[in-house]
Amino acid sequence: MNAFYALFAVILLLLVAWVGVGTVDLYSLFGIIIPYLAFTIFILGFLYRIIKWAISPVPFRIPTTCGQQKSLPWLKSSKLDNPHNAFWTIIRMALEVLTFRSLFRSTRAELREGPKITYGDTKWLWAGGLAFHWAFLIIILRHYRFFVEPVPAFVLYLQSMDGLFQIGLPVLYITDAVIVVAASYLFVRRVFIPQVRYISLFADYFPLFLIGGIAVTGILMRYFTKIDVSAVKELTLGWINFKPAAPEGIGIMFYLHLFLVSVLFAYFPFSKLMHLGGIFLSPARNLANNNRAKRHVNPWNYDVKVHTYEEYEDEFREVMKEADLPVEKE
Amino acid sequence: MSDEKLKSEQLADIDYNPPSKDWMDVKPVIKKGTFNYPAVEASEKYLDLPFSRKWDPRDDDWKLPENWKEIVLKGLKDLLGKYRSFKVFMDICVRCGACADKCHFYLGSGDPKNMPVLRAELLRSVYRNDFTTAGKIFGKLAGARELTEDVIKEWFLYFYQCTECRRCSVFCPYGIDTAEITMMGRELLNKLGLGIDWINTPAANCFRTGNHLGIQPHGFKDSVDFAVDDLLDFTGIRVEAPINKKGAEILFVVPSADYFGDPHYFGFLGYLALFHEIGLDYTFSTFASEGGNFGLFHSAEMMKRLNAKIYAEARRLGVKWIIGGECGHMWRVLHQYMDTINGPADFLEEPVSPITGTKFENAKSTKMVHIAEFTADLIKHNKVKFDRSRNDHWIVTFHDSCNTARGMGILDEPRYIIRSTCNNFYDMPENTIREQTFCCGSGSGIGTDENLEMRLRGGFPRANAVKYVREKHGVNLLTCMCAIDKATLPAVMDFWVPGVELAGVHELVGNALIMKGEKRSGDLRGQPFKGEEVKEHV
Ligand code: HEM
Ligand code: SF4
Ligand code: SF4
Repeated sequence: MNAFYALFAVILLLLVAWVGVGTVDLYSLFGIIIPYLAFTIFILGFLYRIIKWAISPVPFRIPTTCGQQKSLPWLKSSKLDNPHNAFWTIIRMALEVLTFRSLFRSTRAELREGPKITYGDTKWLWAGGLAFHWAFLIIILRHYRFFVEPVPAFVLYLQSMDGLFQIGLPVLYITDAVIVVAASYLFVRRVFIPQVRYISLFADYFPLFLIGGIAVTGILMRYFTKIDVSAVKELTLGWINFKPAAPEGIGIMFYLHLFLVSVLFAYFPFSKLMHLGGIFLSPARNLANNNRAKRHVNPWNYDVKVHTYEEYEDEFREVMKEADLPVEKE
Repeated sequence: MSDEKLKSEQLADIDYNPPSKDWMDVKPVIKKGTFNYPAVEASEKYLDLPFSRKWDPRDDDWKLPENWKEIVLKGLKDLLGKYRSFKVFMDICVRCGACADKCHFYLGSGDPKNMPVLRAELLRSVYRNDFTTAGKIFGKLAGARELTEDVIKEWFLYFYQCTECRRCSVFCPYGIDTAEITMMGRELLNKLGLGIDWINTPAANCFRTGNHLGIQPHGFKDSVDFAVDDLLDFTGIRVEAPINKKGAEILFVVPSADYFGDPHYFGFLGYLALFHEIGLDYTFSTFASEGGNFGLFHSAEMMKRLNAKIYAEARRLGVKWIIGGECGHMWRVLHQYMDTINGPADFLEEPVSPITGTKFENAKSTKMVHIAEFTADLIKHNKVKFDRSRNDHWIVTFHDSCNTARGMGILDEPRYIIRSTCNNFYDMPENTIREQTFCCGSGSGIGTDENLEMRLRGGFPRANAVKYVREKHGVNLLTCMCAIDKATLPAVMDFWVPGVELAGVHELVGNALIMKGEKRSGDLRGQPFKGEEVKEHV
């Protein structure tokens, strides 16, 4: 059900843009006002969320340790999975963010005759997730070419790597194929794995469809419907120079693409996509396991009612004396 | 139907397919064998806890305070402001499901609300409803739901069906720790007087007498005297076991089950034998007669209240530093919380082993060393001699306790000790040990008799891995360093893999230790050593 709602929502968005640009000619609204607005919401919303997390206190140092601690000098500690200082914690985080190490660890439990439970390796989610994110990242970086003139070398380099296979004309970018396949996989597993379907919300399907929609409209205009790329660059350079003008005749597909991107930007700060920022602030991962060597301070630590030794001895002094236990007061 | 005996084939018949109904529409069922009894009023009153009353989870009316909703929402707001962990974990879960089949309670019950992600959603849905813009506008479509009495009942059921073991956190791409969310959930429940007896009564005991079992100072002394006598019987040596001795070098704190429970006690004899043999200048304390801390399972505040006595007693007795015995959640508190909540311990000295001169750099701020670290260091420096064959009647495996594995990382010290003290050691399969270890299913204060069915279910993955090494290598001893494991795993083993006993690592140490002038009559359980049972009959 949630999947259908999400699909409808994305279709509705497409229709809005179609009507808005295709029939009512609202070029400035869809080409200038909405993108500016979405970008502003994204920046402010993102900052707001990050700042709100960042200023909330970390009362305890609670990393989840995933390997041998550093204790005795002759015992080999697991620096990466149980980092004892800031350096290894940063490495742990970097690998987590860049390679999804925790997902890589994943197993799939199966109950068999016996009864017997087995835990086989499963790398599907890891591979699908990683492909999806890297493709997404590279695509975003490739888009940088629209915003600067001349196009920087690293973007050209990315483009040529991405188009390495030289298939078709215009050259097929590998990431375009990867993101569609990976997003489809993520969707399919969400629907077909009963447990995952059971926990999935509208908010889980919607970004997938949205990003899928962005990818598909992008691919359509690049390979099939064709648009006027120089007009696009005129528009994008106009945005960043704050002299925006929405040229007509770029092609409707571009506006559909742009509108979905705008929605993604505006939606981002309010959604689970904020995991991008949150992962860096997760106390189970971003702290070193050196609690006993270095004191962690809790900013809101307050005094609590305790039972003092004096109260204890007052209650038990007689029995303590009878049992020949030393006491403070006779 | 009341006392039907549970059967393993029945419990192992688990259906992992979730129901067709949306989880928000499935009402919680409070069923015999899967919940814990509420706390008795006297304990809650002793701790000044709010709204203590007589109530029964099986009744429809839980007699919640009139403004219960306001209390919960205010409490939730408060916790969100106090913990970045909580706030971030509420916000960033993508429901990828990687954690789903990592929880022993889900694996053992098939109940989807025992998937860590859904356990968290039980609370997250309320958070969305009352604290996020999307939730306020889009309601159910955004995964939000209103806080109702049924939600509270659901929390009670499922936050006491989580042992705060952190296994889910290992596999989550963001490290989301459902244990942390459970802790918040329990803190909120306790604000409504919905605590359970096996947590709040030990906490009250601990507050009053210094230990969970409520043993008074003279009772403590009796236990220790008894142990000294037993050790004399088994080894021919009378050891000293000082109590409340001012000016001792080291304060030794153990979980109370060590001197009162079985099989903990045999490991306790092991400590006594070891400390005697190396001539350690140490003392027990009747006031700090508990290292365990059931406050951890109640709230951060209760944890602090119960933990305070350890540093207080170290200061009063004038010791230099502290050693802690074998216990799981105790070490979560000592390692990750104590210095923060009750430190700094600047009146103590940085721990140095008086026997080997080793500086325990990793404990230089807290000044508290784990007994396994201490013993491993002794062995490495050849300060103790062992006769491993004295453990030949055991074929041993080792269970990493959740808290020490995933909240500390003490994995190789115990293995080093075990390998040094016995000849037959086999680890369980790699996905079930070390940081991936499976919980006993009874941790975090839910190891009660009334909750037995759930415990057996939760203990199933652990037991299954033991069964594997039992069938393959004939394992008959499951060692561990946790008082809760030692207390609760015997029932779980009897049910799923009969023939496996539990023991602390220091029981093996005590058996194998060669003591000057000893005359061993058998192991620390009073059983003959392997090969010697024959002689008796000759
Ligand atoms: C540091 C950066 C990031 C990390 C480490 C990260 C990690 C992950 C992981 C591990 C998953 C779960 C696997 C999955 O469900 O596919 C996921 C899901 C997802 N991520 Fe990211 N992510 C990052 C940034 C982003 C960004 C910038 C976006 C932007 C749009 C994004 C969009 C998504 C989406 C849509 C899903 C959901 C896939 C699904 O529903 O199955 N992520 N992310
Ligand atoms: S693994 Fe983490 S992100 Fe994925 S569903 Fe579980 S808690 Fe959420
Ligand atoms: S902490 Fe342990 S018991 Fe709780 S949800 Fe996670 S895996 Fe399950």
